[in-house]
Amino acid sequence: MTFDYVVDPSEPERAGRASTKFKGVLKELGVSPKVIRALSIAMYEGEINMVIHANGGTIHCDVDSDKIRVIMADSGPGIPELDKAMQPGWSTASTEARELGFGAGMGLPNIKKWSDNLTVDTKVGVGTTLTMEFNLQ
Amino acid sequence: MVVRDLLKIEDLKVAVEGDLDLNVACGYMGDLLSVVMGYAEEESAWITIQSHVNIVAVAALRGVSAIIIAHGFEPDEDTVETAKDENITILTTPLNPFEIAKKLVEIGL
Repeated sequence: MTFDYVVDPSEPERAGRASTKFKGVLKELGVSPKVIRALSIAMYEGEINMVIHANGGTIHCDVDSDKIRVIMADSGPGIPELDKAMQPGWSTASTEARELGFGAGMGLPNIKKWSDNLTVDTKVGVGTTLTMEFNLQ
Repeated sequence: MVVRDLLKIEDLKVAVEGDLDLNVACGYMGDLLSVVMGYAEEESAWITIQSHVNIVAVAALRGVSAIIIAHGFEPDEDTVETAKDENITILTTPLNPFEIAKKLVEIGL
């Protein structure tokens, strides 16, 4: 089963809609609360990143019998220093984003922590695609 | 204790009444949403000074039992509406985060 979402960057204070929607879908599908929690946190962080750094993007979710794969793709600026971006506390977020409580430098570290597998494909000036996987068994 | 028990504290007012029977197991204090997302425990009473709508998403996704907005800040209209939809309780207090945390400890949290 697949589900697709578009992340609208125009209202940063409303980011998190897609994660909340997909969380509802997973509940209806009877996915375990533990997996739902991990997935929704990771997806929310990805969504926030898309809004504050990348001018939005698209999310494609694949639900299989043994795992759920969430692919989050944007055409943003790319991540020039990925190793630093993976460190908790390192952030390039704007003052405006920080005033909303974003930009703590915990986005990618949280995604890595809560997903079972994370691949970051990023190219400066082209964009970033995160592929995260969550095991169902 | 459940969310309803928090209302014993006179300095707390209900801004949005969600499920008052949700268990409250612990507290968390923080204004950086990703830090809250990464470290807050489920069933927390979460003290923050943020009042915009994203606190509802964080609370809903993280499994926070109640949001306490400190320092006399009031939730935005959007925040109130979304919290109603998500059945998340929002309380407000004129106290600062540390003072309200002390009160929570005093009632046994």
